[in-house]
Amino acid sequence: MAHRTKDEIVHDHNHDGIDRRGFLKCMAWAGTGAFCVMQGGVLKSYSMSRLAEMNPADMKGELSFVQISDSHMGFNKPANPDVAATLQAAVDKINALSAPPEFLLHTGDISHLSKPEEFDTVEQILKSASAKDVFYVPGEHDVLNDDGKQYHERFAKGAQEGGWYSFEKKGVHFVGLVNVMNLKAGGLGTLGHEQLEWLEKDVKNLKSSTPIIVFAHIPLWAVYPEWGWGTEDSAQALAYLKKFGSVTVLNGHIHQIMQKVEGNVTFHTACSTAFPQPKPGEAPSPGPMKVPAEQLRSVLGITDVNYVRGQHALAVVDSTLA
Amino acid sequence: MRRSVFVASLLVTAVMGLGGIAGEQKSFAARAQEKTASTAEVKIDNFVFGPTAITVPVGTTVTWVNRDDIPHTVVSTDKVFKSKVLDTDEKFSFTFTKAGEYPYFCSIHPKMTGKVVVQ
Repeated sequence: MAHRTKDEIVHDHNHDGIDRRGFLKCMAWAGTGAFCVMQGGVLKSYSMSRLAEMNPADMKGELSFVQISDSHMGFNKPANPDVAATLQAAVDKINALSAPPEFLLHTGDISHLSKPEEFDTVEQILKSASAKDVFYVPGEHDVLNDDGKQYHERFAKGAQEGGWYSFEKKGVHFVGLVNVMNLKAGGLGTLGHEQLEWLEKDVKNLKSSTPIIVFAHIPLWAVYPEWGWGTEDSAQALAYLKKFGSVTVLNGHIHQIMQKVEGNVTFHTACSTAFPQPKPGEAPSPGPMKVPAEQLRSVLGITDVNYVRGQHALAVVDSTLA
Repeated sequence: MRRSVFVASLLVTAVMGLGGIAGEQKSFAARAQEKTASTAEVKIDNFVFGPTAITVPVGTTVTWVNRDDIPHTVVSTDKVFKSKVLDTDEKFSFTFTKAGEYPYFCSIHPKMTGKVVVQ
């Protein structure tokens, strides 16, 4: 078993067993994304697979959106030869929500190889979602070969030159960050000086009661640096967010759900809509996990977020495609 | 200039020829190939460059092959060479014409690093 840092990763509290049964339960708990609901200024994120068990009142808030991630369009190996079908399944799940989410967040790795046809397919599939607006941040798979030129032209129009941006929705301040460019040998994800300066200015004049949601591809906390699952200069970014009462960080990249609370900040990672990856240190490498076909959809998912003004909490719900 | 390269390549061929005799038994075809040019291969398996460090004579063409289900790149830390993204079983080759140490990494998974030492 690989060593764990003091900031222990919070898996499913109930089913954290490493025996096969416990492991499968944990995988089932992982979803293709998260239903996120803002409740009283705090975001809660729920696994889409768990929505059926939930009290509908808990799913209502001032604002709700869905996070999807890592669609890796173009990937065609075991365990998922049809990533378009599983993305479509995620969209079907979004469309089945009783209250349509305000918008979608895609936390990167839209494509597998940055090919135009891969981007086309994702855009096409997402057009059938009940929520029309999609906000993207790039994954490292979206900026291959061209330093992100294509990605920027398609998905980051109106963003800052480096691709980062912010926007307001119902009193919530959203910040999309880019941490997959100019990665250095031996290093982790990186935001860079220019982006950090921009972030400092971007949030400087906001009231400390403003709920903040930051989204980026690679986790902004040290999930497992040995596999590159972290961002070198994320501490600086989080320092600029210290004054805020409610900060939620949504990431993808690691193809599984993890959550952690640190002071005023709640961290969530979402599942992939394409293929699962092993838990940190529990495989020789972070390569795709090959699962039996009948189990695949239970390890893929979407995240749905819902925001309720008044109390202070932000809910993130992750659900599987099964 | 052209002559010195030619002489260098002759030397490489001679060294490799000796190596072939002293080393393990190789097929005739493999030996024939080595006589024309020195080559080496690095396999990318399970997010690791293998061998992580290799030492080769000047003039060697190193070929990287991606055996993973996930794409990787081969990028020189000092910007000497840079592959396009390599999908499963795709290859990238670079010929090292100058002695030195060439650290490199995968720009998608920067924890993956390797080194070519050219002598």
